Amino acid sequence: MNAMKIITTIIITAALFCATGCKKDSDFLNVQPTSILTNEQAFSDPAQVLSILADLYNRQLDFSSLDDGWVTFADFSESFPSENGQAGIVQRTQWDFGSWSTWDYGYIRDLNLFLERCTEAKALSDGDKTRFLAEARFLRANYYFEMTKRMGGVPLILKSLQYDFKGDPTYLQTARAKESEMYDFIISEAEAIKGSLPADVNEKSRASKGAALAMEARAALYAGSIAKHGVSTPLVTLPGGEVGIPADMATGYYTKALNAAKEIINGAAGAYALYNKKPDLQDNFANIFLDKGNNPETIWIEDFKLKSGRVHGFTVSTQPRYGAEEEEGGRMNPSLNLVESFEKLDNTYAPIPVTDALGNPIYYNDQLDIFAGRDARLGGTVILPGSLFKGRKVDIWAGYQLADGSIVTGDDRGAQKTLPGTSTPVQVVGFDGPINAKEFTAQSGFYLRKYVDPTPGAGSRGTNSEVPLVRYRYAEVLLNAAEAAFELGQTTDAANYMNMVRTRAGLTIPLTAADITFDRIVHERRVELAFEGHILFDMKRWRLAHVVWDGNKMTVTDLLSNIGQATKRNTQPWGLWPYKLYDPSSPNNGKWTYKIVLPALVTGANRFRLGNYYSFIDDNTRANNPKIVKQPNQ
Amino acid sequence: MKIACFYIALLLVMITGFSCKKDNYSGPGSTLTGRLVYKGDAINVEYNQVPFEVYQYGFGKTGPITGTFAQDGSYSLLLFNGDYHFTVPNGQGPFKWKQTAAGTPDTTAITMSGNQSLDLEVTPYYMVRSAQITAASGKVSGSCKIEKIITDASAKDIEAVRLYINKTQFVSGSDNIALTTIAGSSVTDFNNVNISVTIPALVPSQNYIFARIGIKIAGVEDMIFSPLVKLSL
Repeated sequence: MNAMKIITTIIITAALFCATGCKKDSDFLNVQPTSILTNEQAFSDPAQVLSILADLYNRQLDFSSLDDGWVTFADFSESFPSENGQAGIVQRTQWDFGSWSTWDYGYIRDLNLFLERCTEAKALSDGDKTRFLAEARFLRANYYFEMTKRMGGVPLILKSLQYDFKGDPTYLQTARAKESEMYDFIISEAEAIKGSLPADVNEKSRASKGAALAMEARAALYAGSIAKHGVSTPLVTLPGGEVGIPADMATGYYTKALNAAKEIINGAAGAYALYNKKPDLQDNFANIFLDKGNNPETIWIEDFKLKSGRVHGFTVSTQPRYGAEEEEGGRMNPSLNLVESFEKLDNTYAPIPVTDALGNPIYYNDQLDIFAGRDARLGGTVILPGSLFKGRKVDIWAGYQLADGSIVTGDDRGAQKTLPGTSTPVQVVGFDGPINAKEFTAQSGFYLRKYVDPTPGAGSRGTNSEVPLVRYRYAEVLLNAAEAAFELGQTTDAANYMNMVRTRAGLTIPLTAADITFDRIVHERRVELAFEGHILFDMKRWRLAHVVWDGNKMTVTDLLSNIGQATKRNTQPWGLWPYKLYDPSSPNNGKWTYKIVLPALVTGANRFRLGNYYSFIDDNTRANNPKIVKQPNQ
Repeated sequence: MKIACFYIALLLVMITGFSCKKDNYSGPGSTLTGRLVYKGDAINVEYNQVPFEVYQYGFGKTGPITGTFAQDGSYSLLLFNGDYHFTVPNGQGPFKWKQTAAGTPDTTAITMSGNQSLDLEVTPYYMVRSAQITAASGKVSGSCKIEKIITDASAKDIEAVRLYINKTQFVSGSDNIALTTIAGSSVTDFNNVNISVTIPALVPSQNYIFARIGIKIAGVEDMIFSPLVKLSL
């Protein structure tokens, strides 16, 4: 009995062992983690893929971005940075060779991996897959474009690289492509994917056919102008073509730019149009950047959304400070250099009239009168002294001028002093300044309006703003078309495209074909696209950067002469300060007069060296990959 | 207490024992100095604008030790003893650095063992000769002779002649309080160039001023200057 029991136990135990031991060890140990998705799982559901793609969208690079502070908007003498910690922008005498460089091959690798994994995915429908792949290719081409603008030709890596850990990485080393090959790649990618993207004017934050064509037009235009204008800077080339494009390729690129732009203009990519919804042309222009509902002008944007965590504090940094929520703002002060370059309504250039023909100061009844009769984009881009923001007048005035020409002013916002002949102290300087070296006041006499959000709460840190960053918009497409047409000798078409943009700005006298000059094109882009991250790249591709920012300080004569000329020096941001006349015996008492000033903190002068045309490639990068040639003139 | 003392003593012995040699290297101790010269005459350039590169091979990654020439064309480097290659990157400086047959900048081999002085012979496009700069009645006046050195196919024109003045010893396009420019095309006699500039108000006032004459060569970024002079007012 006892023995029986023992035998039974042994048999059962043996049986149990056999049963459990049947499962292979490898199966038993190989447990799928529950917190990590495999590639196949990750690419099994369209919503899942879109969230991967969203990360890739987020990693796009912009020259100036709203969620990256305001400083990226502030350089190039187009504005004065009114924050003392950033005074270096107007005090340095040159840019580092490393400025504006980018080398994010981690991002390129992730894009390549996405393309490879999405191609392999089995569970996605063909329609979804085509669109996702086209979007990733668009992002990759657009980032390569961004790299090319800054670095010239870079290694063109189109598949994910894998190291074999055998100690010799030379097979992974790729030399820099030619600059022309980079642009060829961007153009051919745009052509290849445009049919796979929706031709929908309301698709703004994801890639659309319009976005691909806008990228193509801009890239081809850049390539064409580098080919054409590179002739003037023979030093800015490399023998291998990594930097510089041969002049005979210019026509081909301009033709491609014009064709791509025309495809958008003739409606093939959706019903894009210039924004024209508000009767007041200044408000209308400002609204291009604020209006998110059915805005026909914007083509591709970086979007933000309130209460989602994805908001930005650009308005907090740049709104008029006086009366603002939390009394913060005022950091961007557009310069007089930019303000005076907005044309008069008769299509002529003129300085802001501070004095009459005899040199006597002019007195104005209203602060805004001095700016009357100009391009509506001036008031749409810049908050002028005496104009309204959120229905409240900005308080920009520098002090009282007395009959003998002396000035009564204060050194704090809204400071009070007693005027001669009176006994009660009165306010002698605006609550928005301008006061030299008093940060957050309008030290140039102006505030920025473009992108500044008047929505209640947008200026408070706890709420912030959801105004989108415009990456491509229809007006730029028109100007791209105008420039390409002009360079191809089609001046009538160029004039038509320019006039469309100008009419919207209130410049109703059309330019004729004979009026279109290179200077006109340069000027139009500067005023239309101010503070949209174009000026550096435009000046670079026209090879004007070392001429415009030549490191010489500006005199008042420099400032007031040659307005509208492409080669005009622009090395220091000047200001225009309003003063109120206090002279009870004069008929002009209480009227406004203006003075041209160089803000006291401006001590440097922008100097763009030939070595700045293409940003420095890190020594470490070049040591790791000896095939990478150095940039010229560094 | 006894144990604590023992540990402290041991720690002291360890610190003194370990920190004396192996992991401490002495810094570079050999100074390399020199000037940019053309036939013995110093070449004056803009401060901090004309770079040079020094390479030392044999230590894995290759990257340059970079520096810039001073206003009077001088340079100095503190190096370890060893073999170096000295070069000026392409397109830098108002002069021609010697080139290889392939058209890339050639290098000068330098062997450091102790301090060394090495003048670098280069060929400038132009030289400013016998510059006379004087200050009188609120003006600085200068005269000089401009000698064209490179006259072959790679010769360049003069874009402009400029007289700069500054309150400090740094005098150039980016450091000046006043300048006068004469376009190269309007200079009639390069053997006798006269140029003058009005001295603006000096705030705070000082009784001296620095000046030099610079030549901007067409198609060359860096300017060449006359020697710096300090003028008493």
